Amino acid sequence: MLDKLKIPERNYLNNGHGLASWLLTKDHKRIAIMYLISITVMFFLGGLFAVGIRLELATPAGDFVQADTYNKFFTAHGVIMVFFFLIPSIPAVLGNFLIPPMIGAKDLAFPRINLLSLYIYWIGGIFTLYAMLAGGVDTGWTFYTPYSATGSNSNVVPVALGVFIAGFSSILTGLNFIVTIHRMRAPGMTWFRLPLFVWAHYATSLVQVLGTPVIAITIVMLGVERGLGFGIFDPARGGDPVLFQHLFWFYSHPAVYIMILPALGVMSELISTFTKKTIFGYSFVAFSSLAIAVFGFIVWAHHMFTSGISTYAAMVFSFLSFSVAIPSAVKVFNWTATLYKGAISFETPMLYAYGFMGLFLIGGLTGLFLATLGLDIHLHDTYFVVAHFHYIMVGGAIMGYMGGLHFWWPKLTGRMYSEFFSRISAILVFVGFNLTFFPQFVVGYLGMPRRYHSYPDEFQVLNVLSSAGASVLGLGYFLPVIYLLWSLKKGAIAGPNPWGASGLEWQMQSPPLTENFVEVPIVTHDAYEYEHVVAKEKHLV
Amino acid sequence: MSNAAAHADDRGHAHAHHPALQHHFDTMAQQKEAAVVGMWVFLLTEILFFGGLFAAYMVYRIWYFDAFAEASRSLSLFWGGLNTAVLIFSSLTMAMAVRSAQTNKRSATVNWLILTMILGTVFLGVKVIEYADKFEHHHVPGYNFEWAHEAPAAEGEHAIAPAAEGAATEGHRQLSLSPAQLQLTTQIYFSLYFTMTGLHALHMIIGIGIMLVITRMAYKGKFDEEYYTPVEMAGLYWHFVDIVWIFLFPLLYLVERHV
Repeated sequence: MLDKLKIPERNYLNNGHGLASWLLTKDHKRIAIMYLISITVMFFLGGLFAVGIRLELATPAGDFVQADTYNKFFTAHGVIMVFFFLIPSIPAVLGNFLIPPMIGAKDLAFPRINLLSLYIYWIGGIFTLYAMLAGGVDTGWTFYTPYSATGSNSNVVPVALGVFIAGFSSILTGLNFIVTIHRMRAPGMTWFRLPLFVWAHYATSLVQVLGTPVIAITIVMLGVERGLGFGIFDPARGGDPVLFQHLFWFYSHPAVYIMILPALGVMSELISTFTKKTIFGYSFVAFSSLAIAVFGFIVWAHHMFTSGISTYAAMVFSFLSFSVAIPSAVKVFNWTATLYKGAISFETPMLYAYGFMGLFLIGGLTGLFLATLGLDIHLHDTYFVVAHFHYIMVGGAIMGYMGGLHFWWPKLTGRMYSEFFSRISAILVFVGFNLTFFPQFVVGYLGMPRRYHSYPDEFQVLNVLSSAGASVLGLGYFLPVIYLLWSLKKGAIAGPNPWGASGLEWQMQSPPLTENFVEVPIVTHDAYEYEHVVAKEKHLV
Repeated sequence: MSNAAAHADDRGHAHAHHPALQHHFDTMAQQKEAAVVGMWVFLLTEILFFGGLFAAYMVYRIWYFDAFAEASRSLSLFWGGLNTAVLIFSSLTMAMAVRSAQTNKRSATVNWLILTMILGTVFLGVKVIEYADKFEHHHVPGYNFEWAHEAPAAEGEHAIAPAAEGAATEGHRQLSLSPAQLQLTTQIYFSLYFTMTGLHALHMIIGIGIMLVITRMAYKGKFDEEYYTPVEMAGLYWHFVDIVWIFLFPLLYLVERHV
């Protein structure tokens, strides 16, 4: 049976050929593939700027680029990675592809809006890339006023406009997911039968829909100030730059959860599938996603402890920031409990999952250091902060994305990649990541500030370690491009359910039909029940 | 699960589909529910979009209350009040349009929509008059901004002695700000005024654009009692834009302008 597997004759990939069949498609799967290509390009572009940063920091002297250029490098790295890679990464690619089949729907609720969101993303990307080509921007990805409004001579407006536009793509994706999850579920697919991936995306969508408009309006206010000479944040006219920070972080802190929540959802799928066990504490894991989304909105000022906010406000925000640890820990403990006595295996996606758990733990716990008022005075704006958020965003979000991409790759393409090379790459990513960012905790604690292109000699050893690690990490990210592309032509045929997973999406053929299912599935069991999967396989053999 | 039940009811029925039913929905009811939920979620994002501005407004109004009160008095109550009435009336005509679409009255739908668009245009016209007035008085923030305290508002009963002179007339509090401070902080008021009313006007223009499309669709007879979702969605949007104005009017025009 198994050696007779073939790529199905009719699937979403060969339903229409030529550029127009892709650019005008309303199929959520094709849109997801186009997002995949777009964000991969953006990822490597953002990575290129990281290479520039690490090259400069390999030596203490500012010898590779000018300080100005260095400022533009880290700004470009931040803007591209945050707004054009991390925010859309898992939702727009994996969520877009998988949410409809996971709930037994033919498509998202608004297919045209889905395509529109991709175009909006592209337009936002064009503005931002134009600004980079026209000389870059040097404000940092945070666009703090008054520098961004009246000080900087670089292309603030086009970049901010690009971010503003891309924000609407994120809003539309979130809106589409919310409506889809509410209104498109197959018969029998109750809320508590939803895969945790879907719960995580529901929580993410809430953050996208409620948070993103606030950054949009903040950018509008910055734009009228810079472009038209209005004075809203201008301290020279009695305006308040700290208000800008409040509004900025009201979105940009929850944005961290837009990046990490979908990865947490991927983790639940991976851990259940590769232990062949029901996830421990399903409803706790589901609600912890919502709790993270809610808590995420009331902790923003922990980015501003040194900005001169009131001590009492700082105490409240410090306390609230600590409480985010609770739902996060609920997830990690439940995954650990799921692993306990499970049939654990070590396929590539699961390697990423193990990596994720360790790195997310470190990233999360160092977040508590930073939420501590006294300690934050010492650590604020040092490499400790840089290391902390890279542990969450790279060690967490990107590990989750890579794990998910490897896990669902056979579903996306119908083919398997090289298990050998993918394991090598997962290990390279893990080793390279830690080598890059762990030294930054140390160098930051010792007092090296972020965003400087030169540093005292005594920090060189740690910075060289970091730069060396970055090259390993880069190799780890580049390998998948090769073996995944290779798999498109030469990979072994995957079949509908290569991992023996339980989700509805694995009941579709690989690659799926344009309409996903031959007939609307009727759901009769909870998520993560493996008995019927095993039974089905036995029946087949 | 109501929608799950709707699915179950519909499966197996081979009755003719409504032409407006999209392929990925099972029933017209499901399709409409999706649109309604989607629209409300969108309006939620709009609330937060304007919310950022309202938050900034609140901060500065508390900090610079006197400047806000002073600057607010330079706005015309007549034009602001007229526009408020126009918009509220346009909400009524919009609601009538939705009702007509729902009850299969094609020409009434078209007429109510056209009336709504006319009222929207009247609002925008008045806004142009008001903006022109600001330009004339150098009340547009930026390099040419000038808070000339001898230039009071043209209309309204409070157009008398500006309190900047220090007179605590008509129940105003005594101003704590010097003319130089007023020059700076009234600029914040007008920055917010133009950003808020400008964005609101932009939303109205978009709304009128949407209504042009909807009117054309209604004229062509695309709507019936089973399918009038676009009219209803345009209505929700229009009412939202109205409500934003209902908040903007007192916040911008009526700062300390009580009788």
